[in-house]
Amino acid sequence: MPTQLLKVSGISKSFPGVQALQDVQFELNRGEVLTLVGENGAGKSSLMKILSGIYAKDAGSIVLEGEEVVIDSPRAAQQVGISIIHQEMNLMPHLTVAQNIYIGREPRTMGFVNERRLNRQAADLLNRLGIHLNPRRLVGELSVAHQQMVEIAKALSFDAKVLIMDEPTSALTESETETLFRLIEGLKEHGTGIIYISHRMEELRRIADRVTVLRDGHYIGSLDKGEIDIPTVIEMMVGRHIEEGARPEARQHAHDDVVLKVENLGTRHLLKDISFELRRGEILGFAGLMGAGRTEVARAIIGADPSEGAVIHVQGKEVKIHQPSDAVAHGIGYLSEDRKALGLLLERDVNTNILLASLNDYTGPLGFMRTGKGKQKSRGYVESLRIKTPSIHQITKNLSGGNQQKVVIAKWLARDCDILIFDEPTRGIDVGAKEEIYRLLNDLVAQGKSIIMISSELPEVLRLSHRIVVMAGGRITGILNNEDASQAKIMDYATNIDDEKE
Amino acid sequence: MNASPVIEKAPKVGETAPAKSGTAVTFLRAKLQQSLAFGTLIVLVIFFSIASSNFFSWSNISSILLATAVIGILALGTTFVIITGGIDLSIGTGMTLAAVMTGIFLVNMQLPLIVGVLGGLATGALMGFINGVNIAILKLPPFIATLAMMLIAQGLALVISGVRPIYFSGVEGFKNISLGTIIPGLPNAVLILFLLAIVAYLLLSKTLFGRYTFAIGSNEEATRLSGVNTRKWLIVVYTVAGLFTGFAGVVIAARLDSAQPQIGVGYELQAIAAVIIGGTSLLGGRGSIMGTVIGALIMSVLINGLRIMSIQTEWQNVVVGIVILIAVFTDTLRQRRSAT
Repeated sequence: MPTQLLKVSGISKSFPGVQALQDVQFELNRGEVLTLVGENGAGKSSLMKILSGIYAKDAGSIVLEGEEVVIDSPRAAQQVGISIIHQEMNLMPHLTVAQNIYIGREPRTMGFVNERRLNRQAADLLNRLGIHLNPRRLVGELSVAHQQMVEIAKALSFDAKVLIMDEPTSALTESETETLFRLIEGLKEHGTGIIYISHRMEELRRIADRVTVLRDGHYIGSLDKGEIDIPTVIEMMVGRHIEEGARPEARQHAHDDVVLKVENLGTRHLLKDISFELRRGEILGFAGLMGAGRTEVARAIIGADPSEGAVIHVQGKEVKIHQPSDAVAHGIGYLSEDRKALGLLLERDVNTNILLASLNDYTGPLGFMRTGKGKQKSRGYVESLRIKTPSIHQITKNLSGGNQQKVVIAKWLARDCDILIFDEPTRGIDVGAKEEIYRLLNDLVAQGKSIIMISSELPEVLRLSHRIVVMAGGRITGILNNEDASQAKIMDYATNIDDEKE
Repeated sequence: MNASPVIEKAPKVGETAPAKSGTAVTFLRAKLQQSLAFGTLIVLVIFFSIASSNFFSWSNISSILLATAVIGILALGTTFVIITGGIDLSIGTGMTLAAVMTGIFLVNMQLPLIVGVLGGLATGALMGFINGVNIAILKLPPFIATLAMMLIAQGLALVISGVRPIYFSGVEGFKNISLGTIIPGLPNAVLILFLLAIVAYLLLSKTLFGRYTFAIGSNEEATRLSGVNTRKWLIVVYTVAGLFTGFAGVVIAARLDSAQPQIGVGYELQAIAAVIIGGTSLLGGRGSIMGTVIGALIMSVLINGLRIMSIQTEWQNVVVGIVILIAVFTDTLRQRRSAT
């Protein structure tokens, strides 16, 4: 007999010029995982910010354990027992695990911080949660997954009754995700209610007890465990039907000529003997667990990080690449997994970002810019890639994830790059926009571009790649043709670390 | 599967609406700090004109402009550096060294006027180049690299000059670089400031160099990954700042008709203050030459006005300090608003 923990109803919130939430409702029982889904801009974040006291609601009520509560500040939220783990980590890398968990609430004796008690407290908490971490370690030395565990421990150290997780697995590998899910199972047994926001459909099936769907700030509906069916959920999210489990269709575009040949690429710490070929009109997928070295391969090829002993041929000619500008000169563009930090000038407009790699083409004598020609080009890309922006002078920060990704793609198209390296092309992009990015990738190879696509989402790899390079422990453990590949086979190679070390 | 599903994305209210209003708001915000600075300048001028009848006379305005010249020229060069997210503390004593070297070239070595002046400019550019190499190639933090250069330049200026001023009395026409009047009633130093301001404006707003300056300040790593040789451009930025320092050195030497080996100390902070009052963000990525010129004018109008009102020199520093606090405060206030 489930007992109701949280009931939220009639929530509305508007910002100047936009109704972010309109009469939204949901319920959460004790010991239950409620998954909240919706495309970017559907209102999930606004709703969570209201629950965690960052925004004030315009209307509606929040009832926790049968009593209406007022949440007017993050502190108030913590006091009533609602904790949130943000998508972006809020940890201090130079402090220890324990110091991070109890920041602002350090146990003190005579005014001094009692470091021993602090560590013991943290150790107890971590033990209780089944997290194996030394409380004295610096957070900056931990993997992303472990940092996330610290965030969770911190949130739970407030004796949270409701725990909100905003895309907790976006930076985790499959096995780390498993660990997180086991942790969630444990929390459920203790009666904690969890609100789980995710873009990943597979996760719904795995952990959701109930799904609530938002679209355009409206409550669309909820499905109980038995009724959860992915196509239905997606249809509720986007308001239309999408096919799942598709395989690549652009195979016919692949040619035999090799546009990029990498031999014996290595780096001092991780990579060993990386050799592969990329053919014209091909999407070459790179699969592997986090830490396998896929991003490192990309960064070493483009000269962003130093490499050792590599022989690289572009279009049949041997080239030396010492820094990213060399790679770009040879027509290789890199689209980082971290668009916001490494791919875009967020505070500058769409036009600047699209032209950033090709400004030389719009420069006249004495270095003066020919702005008119550049703007025309930008507008062309906004139209052809269907970038949704009110104008090319919009600040890039204000665009949705999918449209930001398109701006980055436009940047490399404007530079006439024939080889594009996509690192997690759809990370943080909602379902509908994902489809559009997929189609764009297919269009690009149909036009004769060649693509290396690093992705942690196996369905994505299988759906788009003609061939799949699987990496583990800094080496290539297998290269598969799409016909021969399956999720199981890829995972097999991806976990094949020991065999390769001989 | 032979065709990917076609997605017709209906326009969503939540995506486009805030974006649209965002453009106008962002634009206004960008102009706000500048117009605030300009408004402040106007208010100051009106205030001092009422407070003292001597303020709004051509001779006083001309002396305000003359006082703005040196700080203004330094501030112009520093604007580029600050927009990249860096800082240049070496411009004050760098200016001194450039002035002293000009003296060495013209007085001790008796080189032709034009050569001596070019030598002074080159001295500044060379210091900037070294700063640039230290920051871009050796990856020293700008604060440290230019702090070291500040000490080095001061030391060299003292050593080379023998801790004595170098007088240009024998150098025909040198003084006219600053004090001559090609435009009647307007000292050449002011003309140089305005010409350099125009050059700086064109560089920053109209050239590739300017675009990359902003791009590096917005996100250096993203710019580098876009194939821009950021190391090279950073060196260029600091060299340009150094060149402006060289101009300031020549102008101040000509104005005083002597190279004073200790004069530049503190100028760097005044120049940086002018840049910040003018709305350029210390975090990088944002700024304008127009703002810097207005910022420099605000500083000199304040100091001149307080002096005319017979307020002690000691208090002038206090007032300038408060103005800086207010300027930076309005800037952070604006950023906080745009962040949420």
